[in-house]
Amino acid sequence: MGKIIEILSQYGPDLLSGLFLTVQLVTLAAILGFLLAIPVALGRLSKNPLIFGLTSAYSMFFRGTPLLIQLFLVYYGLGQFEFIRDSILWPILREAYVCALITFVLNTAAYTGEVVRGGILAVPKGEIEAAKAHGMSSFTAYRYIILPRAFSICLPAYSNEVIILLKGTALASTITMMELMGVSQLAASRTFMPIQVFAIAGILYYLLTLTITRLFALLEARFTKYITHAR
Amino acid sequence: MTNLIEFLPLLMRGLQITLLLAVCTLILGVLLGLVLAMAKLSKNPWISRPVFAVTNFLRGIPEFLILLIIFFGGTQVLGNILGPESSITVSPFGAGLTALTIVFGSYASETFRAAFQSVPKGQLEAAHACGFTRWQTFRYIQMPQIWRVAIPGLSNLWQGAVKDTALVSIVGLDDLMRSANQAAQTSREPFTFYLAAALMFLAITLVSMWLIGLLEKRANRGF
Repeated sequence: MGKIIEILSQYGPDLLSGLFLTVQLVTLAAILGFLLAIPVALGRLSKNPLIFGLTSAYSMFFRGTPLLIQLFLVYYGLGQFEFIRDSILWPILREAYVCALITFVLNTAAYTGEVVRGGILAVPKGEIEAAKAHGMSSFTAYRYIILPRAFSICLPAYSNEVIILLKGTALASTITMMELMGVSQLAASRTFMPIQVFAIAGILYYLLTLTITRLFALLEARFTKYITHAR
Repeated sequence: MTNLIEFLPLLMRGLQITLLLAVCTLILGVLLGLVLAMAKLSKNPWISRPVFAVTNFLRGIPEFLILLIIFFGGTQVLGNILGPESSITVSPFGAGLTALTIVFGSYASETFRAAFQSVPKGQLEAAHACGFTRWQTFRYIQMPQIWRVAIPGLSNLWQGAVKDTALVSIVGLDDLMRSANQAAQTSREPFTFYLAAALMFLAITLVSMWLIGLLEKRANRGF
């Protein structure tokens, strides 16, 4: 116990800033990933074989390979190509933060795309027919009927994806990022007390998981109000 | 391209270790999951509650963190027992297998719990009435029905375990990921080799999806 207090007094501020960076990465990647997941889901449902093929291949690749490899592909791999090194984007693409964010967004969008696809397929057929009968264009029907409905249907499954994303961000430490895991590794090697330091990190991660679960429970209550009211 | 051919044997050796680790994880993880599921279904709250708490906690923290706790923590504990002069460290394979098994087992316990509960109670009572022992009930009544329900969940966990093996390269296991690292650094063609390794992982995923499809067909015969 004394050791834990010692670690907290020495590395408390670092752990907090790491925690903040982790939260920031998860939040940004979750929002951007969800926005990307919608076109991915629509592509996976498209009747156009080219669009379907491309989105399916993207989804297959990012769901079928380890996140760590994807992270290294972006962070170390992109520099292999001269045209990328010569491009104006290179100063940005060289940053670990940008690479980590790009990877997490692409990765979570592939998984979330499947969740959203499931949500869209679960929208009752009658509602879509009703929208059409009212003369709604395909876009209007998606914007006002199908997507909002799919969103509330897939919220519970989406909360799992965000938790998986949170656990994935721990890998950002392998490309030099000082998020919660990176700070913990540094503190563990400096104090020679890995068990205690990692136990603190574990508790912080678990608290974040509980927070995400709680947040989604609130969101779910908000977005399924029409169902609870009807009862 | 010539580089790729030159480093292919290295990648294949890595692939073997990755597969070995994944298969060992599957076997031990399924056993751990079964035991944990039975503990969760125990009528004694002193057994079921702590198991629920621990598996929930383990499912809420990064796999990478679990691996590092076991690898570095294990070395710390051994150092405390054997004294600071000892230079014994935990092997990367052992640490990886332990960490991945713990992760697999925690998730599998939920899969198996749901599967156990899907077997109607009347069947267990009938087995009891027919004089089946607990083992016989498990082997001949529960098992054949549990598999059918558990296969989709276990298949997801298997895919996850295969991908998680890449993490063990960070603590020094010479798996596919680490072979790709070495090839990438030597050849200075990181994209080529990480992509090659990624495609090998994808191949494992596709082959196992096909095998699981066959297994599912077999488990579902009669339904």
